[in-house]
Amino acid sequence: MSTQAAATSVRTQIVVEAPIERAFSVFTEDFGSFKPAEHNMLAVEIAETVFEPRVGGQLYDRGVDGSECRWARVLAYEPPDLVVISWDISPQWQIETDLSKTSEVEVRFIAETPERTRVELEHRNLDRHGEGWEPERDAVGGEGGWPLYLQRFAERIAG
Amino acid sequence: METYQADGWTALGDPTRRAIFERLADQPLAVGELANGLPVSRPAVSQHLKVLKDARLVIDRRAGNRRIYRLDPDGLGALRADLERFWSKALAAYKAVVEQREEESS
Repeated sequence: MSTQAAATSVRTQIVVEAPIERAFSVFTEDFGSFKPAEHNMLAVEIAETVFEPRVGGQLYDRGVDGSECRWARVLAYEPPDLVVISWDISPQWQIETDLSKTSEVEVRFIAETPERTRVELEHRNLDRHGEGWEPERDAVGGEGGWPLYLQRFAERIAG
Repeated sequence: METYQADGWTALGDPTRRAIFERLADQPLAVGELANGLPVSRPAVSQHLKVLKDARLVIDRRAGNRRIYRLDPDGLGALRADLERFWSKALAAYKAVVEQREEESS
């Protein structure tokens, strides 16, 4: 698995004991119920995560104070088989406004039996985030650079 | 739950490798310099560096007769490790939510 494609993507999958329709609807409608809590770029606690169920829709977190963080766009929405979202988050866990530097997440739902569904997830084109990292690399000791990233990373490992 | 390949997350699951990785985040270092600050032997540090290198978390370059290690400048390995961790956690939690709802409705 040393190919370039493998190096620039992350793949994982899981099998759930549920029909494909339910697997799809929970993934999209209840995204906020299983999204890791550390995934929060707001200054306050997240009140809800909204997944707008249509191509062109957005995923956003709404904070308890009403602030919002829009961190993904819905690129494909084909219930109950497929959903693709963009990942508008930089490696430093900040919103990426340059859309050419965003990656994408494809999620496929495959019915193994009427009551069992395999969910395959591929987060791909990660190299797109790499363009323009030079300034951040130069400022490696700067606030918001590697130290912050590593701290969050270490917390995540510890958690 | 499975991932398809040996990954950065696994590589950083070891506390010594995490310590090495974090020290290299501060500055590029040679094997000997890394070993001085850690309670493990120099050959052990070399082994850990090999694992980190295979996971694309660090790179090395030759400087005279020394080999200097630094974080992979494109950061891809670290980003992958981070996202693998994120999605693994998310899907595990997702499974729990889906199957809980399934029980409630049946």
